[in-house]
Amino acid sequence: MERTDEYSGIVAETIGIAGHNGDTIGAYVAKPLGPGPFPGVVLIHHAPGWDEWYLETTRRFAHHGYIAISPNLYDRSGHGTPEDVGAMVRAAGGVPDAQVVGDIQGGMHWLRMQQVHNGKVGVIGTCSGGRHTYLVACQSEGVDAAADLWGGGVVMTPDQLNENRPVAPIDMTANLACPLLGLFGNEDRSPTPEQVDQHEAELKRLGKTYEFHRYDGAGHGFFYYDRAMYRQEQAVDGWGKVWDFFGRHLRA
Amino acid sequence: MCTNIVERAEIEGTGKGTAGWFALTRANVTYDHPFNASYEHALNIDFVNEAQGPSARVAVELSPESARRLAETILATLDRGEAYEAAVAPVGTPGAR
Repeated sequence: MERTDEYSGIVAETIGIAGHNGDTIGAYVAKPLGPGPFPGVVLIHHAPGWDEWYLETTRRFAHHGYIAISPNLYDRSGHGTPEDVGAMVRAAGGVPDAQVVGDIQGGMHWLRMQQVHNGKVGVIGTCSGGRHTYLVACQSEGVDAAADLWGGGVVMTPDQLNENRPVAPIDMTANLACPLLGLFGNEDRSPTPEQVDQHEAELKRLGKTYEFHRYDGAGHGFFYYDRAMYRQEQAVDGWGKVWDFFGRHLRA
Repeated sequence: MCTNIVERAEIEGTGKGTAGWFALTRANVTYDHPFNASYEHALNIDFVNEAQGPSARVAVELSPESARRLAETILATLDRGEAYEAAVAPVGTPGAR
């Protein structure tokens, strides 16, 4: 809704979608009401889990005119409160990269099935979701824009690789086929500014289309209004960057 | 999982969660972003019984400094407990006076 005399409405609910290996997983979807057509965005939730912040953010995208879907990447791990499930997955060392990519591709497929979809798909994630966004963008067809918000672990040393994370995302950069937005706090320690430098150098080396914005006075998770890491000024500016980036690449 | 610092300890005992007392089988100890405490990184302990699902969890999130004090306090208390047990043990018990 751009104006107070315009109609605005959304519908939001949990659904089941086909994820990696055709497994049925839960997802939260939010769609603007109206004939559209609307661009679509898949939200990749962060390490703490498929939580209220992500459900709110999914609705926020719908409020801004996007069909939005946030798959539950921890669906197979168990069910309970988002925190309890997040803690369980944390103790298990996360979920496999290949599974996440398959689940998000399932979300992308769901978007393309919507009658009011305009054909454009964006992917966005914060924290581990930012890293997963980069993985998805480098391994999937049909991503029109990707936004990596403070994703640590794009740059990985060999001793950090394991069964869940067998390949460092930065090593997949040659296959990135869409514009990339990156938002980072300069006080973050995962990723550090030096790791973001490495990431940017690789994007430049391979001639990729990207824009990185780095914020002084902010560390990890600076969009999270419910945590001590929230930084109001930087978050407001960062959201503006997100709307501008997706507006340019998904609404055409 | 931003730090990927996870240690696990097999434990025996009981914990009191939202649904009452339950048997504990493991303590998952992480140094990572907490869910609730106002630190960027905390020493998080999840006392769990994984066979009972994610809800069987007693969670604490501590500042790193206080977590170290707690660890030292636990060890000191155990030392005193072992000395107590040795002092009151019947004659002939190994370790008894």
